[in-house]
Amino acid sequence: MTATAERPAEIGQARKRKEDARLVTGRTMWTDNLTLPGMLHMAILRSPVAHARITSIDVSGARQRPGVIAAFSGQDFKDVQGSIPCAWPVTEDTVVPNHPSIAVDQVNHVGEAVAAVVARSKAEAQDALEAIDVDYEPLAPILDMEAALADDAPRVHPELSSNKSYTWAFESGAAGSGRPIEDVLREAEVTVTRRFRQQRIIPAFMEPRSTVVLPEGDGVTVWSSTQIPHVLRTLMSLSLGIPEQKIRVIAPDVGGGFGGKLQVTPEEFLTTLVARRVGKPVKYTESRSESMMSCHHGRDQIQDITITATQDGRFTGLDVHILSDMGAYARLITPGIPILGAFMFNGIYKFDAYRFVCDGVFTTKTPTDAVRGAGRPEATFAIERIVDELAAELGMDPMQLRRKNWISHDEFPFTTVTGITYDSGNYEAATDRALELIQWDELKKEQAERRARHDTVQLGLGISTFSELCGWAPSRLLGALRYAGGGWEQATVRVLPTGKVEVVTGTSPHGQGNETTWSQIVADRVGVPFEDVEVLHGDTQTSPRGWDTYGSRSAAVGAVAVSNAALRVVEKAKRVAAHLLEASEDDIEFADGKFSVRGSPGAEKTIQELAFEAFAAHDMPEGVEPNLDAEATYDPVALSFPHGTHLCAVDVDTETGRTTIRKYVCVDDVGTVINPLIVDGQVHGGVAHGIAQALYEEAVFDDDGNLTTGTLVDYLVPSALDLPSFTTDRTVSPATTNPLGVKGVGETGAIAATPAVVNAVVDALRPFGVTDVRMPCTPERVWRAVQGGSE
Amino acid sequence: MTQVDVKVDGVAYRDDVEPRMLLVHYLRERLGKVGTVVGCDTGNCGACTVAVDGRSVKSCSLLAVQADGREVTTIEGLSDGDGALHPVQQAFHDEHALQCGFCTPGMIMSACDLLRENPNPTEADVRQGIEGNLCRCTGYQNIVRAVQSAAKAMVRS
Repeated sequence: MTATAERPAEIGQARKRKEDARLVTGRTMWTDNLTLPGMLHMAILRSPVAHARITSIDVSGARQRPGVIAAFSGQDFKDVQGSIPCAWPVTEDTVVPNHPSIAVDQVNHVGEAVAAVVARSKAEAQDALEAIDVDYEPLAPILDMEAALADDAPRVHPELSSNKSYTWAFESGAAGSGRPIEDVLREAEVTVTRRFRQQRIIPAFMEPRSTVVLPEGDGVTVWSSTQIPHVLRTLMSLSLGIPEQKIRVIAPDVGGGFGGKLQVTPEEFLTTLVARRVGKPVKYTESRSESMMSCHHGRDQIQDITITATQDGRFTGLDVHILSDMGAYARLITPGIPILGAFMFNGIYKFDAYRFVCDGVFTTKTPTDAVRGAGRPEATFAIERIVDELAAELGMDPMQLRRKNWISHDEFPFTTVTGITYDSGNYEAATDRALELIQWDELKKEQAERRARHDTVQLGLGISTFSELCGWAPSRLLGALRYAGGGWEQATVRVLPTGKVEVVTGTSPHGQGNETTWSQIVADRVGVPFEDVEVLHGDTQTSPRGWDTYGSRSAAVGAVAVSNAALRVVEKAKRVAAHLLEASEDDIEFADGKFSVRGSPGAEKTIQELAFEAFAAHDMPEGVEPNLDAEATYDPVALSFPHGTHLCAVDVDTETGRTTIRKYVCVDDVGTVINPLIVDGQVHGGVAHGIAQALYEEAVFDDDGNLTTGTLVDYLVPSALDLPSFTTDRTVSPATTNPLGVKGVGETGAIAATPAVVNAVVDALRPFGVTDVRMPCTPERVWRAVQGGSE
Repeated sequence: MTQVDVKVDGVAYRDDVEPRMLLVHYLRERLGKVGTVVGCDTGNCGACTVAVDGRSVKSCSLLAVQADGREVTTIEGLSDGDGALHPVQQAFHDEHALQCGFCTPGMIMSACDLLRENPNPTEADVRQGIEGNLCRCTGYQNIVRAVQSAAKAMVRS
């Protein structure tokens, strides 16, 4: 980091984004914008029933339609389509059913692909779908997790012995990270037990998924609206048998993901199979309604949670039993999503004992998988909600109860009851700042007054003092959790002959602004102007290695790799400079892009000059290869633990059930901030997502297993009118486990906001005897809670 | 097939189109105006918003034949073409009002229409005015700020 008088440090500056130029002018390369010579269009016929045997399917009618090149059913690919891969069987005996990308003889959820038509135009392909005949022999839909686990329950996959995929368990006594849970439960002075439901939600990224496949000889080039081009390439090779070196995957501009594009999808496989079969480039772009029912969903847990404490409010034990609705299949990391929460239910608090048991259950619904936060919003919701319930039981102020039990700032690094070590944080500082910003004491006073006068609109105050774990790495830990992939990240920094810089990153941004942020880091490290840095990503040919973007890992892992590669460039340049300046390397000083000899004014070379010298290579030092390039692979030593305090004040109309967020304050601690503009933007978006889960969004299935919220009419992605203005601030406790001090930020808001809002709603209604409101807290649910006390 | 004469981003086009063809498909598939995007199939997301005779319209909700004789402006024709951004585009950049950017063309086109009707909107006016455009990334806060900042810039100019 070379801040000088001439140029202030880039890290920490609110740089406006490089990405914006093309995005604000409509010069964007979304996958659906791509047109290749001779390209055909594919449409997919999807199952209208949740669970059925396909007794016959006839696509010949479609082949007669105008413009139709070919029509296929699952029979056409049954021997070559492999199975959609699951990379995270969480136990030795996790059941992973076969998952065809196009159904062969059975459908297991509404929206599963059963036939595909390829035509000259998209309209012709779609029109021809109606000429396909499918006979379904209905099977019982399986929609309720508890019923699905009964011994005599009908099975989603008849070839399996039950609807359970796995049971994953952790117990602090056995793990040696705390006392035996049974002892602590038995000794408890105060016990509070609750059942919370994490409703099913839909990622609802704004860009529908799209894939274009160009078959070339034995191989393919695949453009896809994906978060994970590298993972897709490898798994496509393993699953479809296409040699990996013959596959190029390109993620061009990608319009949001939120975990929804962290997937290897049936649509990507099917487009590939079809393009190879017809020998022409094929495009498939989903409609929004297709996206809602076939893109994986998220959350969907039943949480039975017990907290124990002493009479004076010291937490002792936490016992968590989860049912996780996996839907019909185990997709890429479906089984692992609740396990990401297993190390987070304890939140920021100290416990003597902890148990976590999760059953993964198959149902005839859309598969679930990662959605922003993935496992950690579920855990944070449960702990932050039950702490409020315990406070009510003890008659204590919920903030005082938290203060009494959280890890204090002088206790870091702190190993929690889950055995995970939090490296740094300051919960007191973040909380004090948040309380000040929202003017908590005044709000408390107002609440008391309004309660006293039985105001029909009650004020509720909600707290979420959260931490999360992110920066999905290190590889060794992922291996220990039976995750098939690694967690390292790779970067290359190349100083071109003219002194401009190319950065190659293995992360694959889709809104996170990595082009800007990585430029800032490299500008600082190498001493070149921000404008001179170009960041390349999202193409397995230009960026051959990486683990892509999810789990708030881009900065915490990818940026460190970039920084390390840039530092190696400087080291190399230093050797070249010493050689050319005829000085000892030890005497070379580097600042602001200039290498100078200590004590010899005027003896200096700029990084740009050295780049050309290294390119021409007329006079390189012994053993130094021409060019100023360097590569770095970074595998962190630990996860990252951002935290913060979110406070929410809601007005709840007890006569209509309507909830209005009056104030929302969040003070987050994400360690070192590279670009505050981008960090604030990530927090805003995350909080919006978390509020949406608390108040608006739910994927609802009817008794037959039909998704009844299959469009943006019924599935309430909030508009500008539905959300408040947020007040954001920060404390900075740098991560001690990576050299940049950064922690993840992409998911914090979504993790923190949901319990803050629901705690506020329940707080408003506590005088009515209400102890819970199921999410989303719709006016109807709130009104019913007011009428009948607790649900 | 029906013939349409339509001016898009300053260029006159004459085409035969199927009567069922939506304006957004005409823009994207026939004219290559892929800056205008499709985000849903129910008219809710607003990603496809363009201006028709100066008024914002969701181009998925209009047939191409309905644009006959009219003038359409898309995100691609919004700035003068001299390299400078339109004040609303500039404000979106300055205020970090976009992340993935997929909703941005429609959001900017709606914001332009909002500012045409109300050159000095309050925060509530802006939220009301862009209610028909969904954004999943930003939580709208910086979009609201950008529209208000563009309003100030446009009053000054």
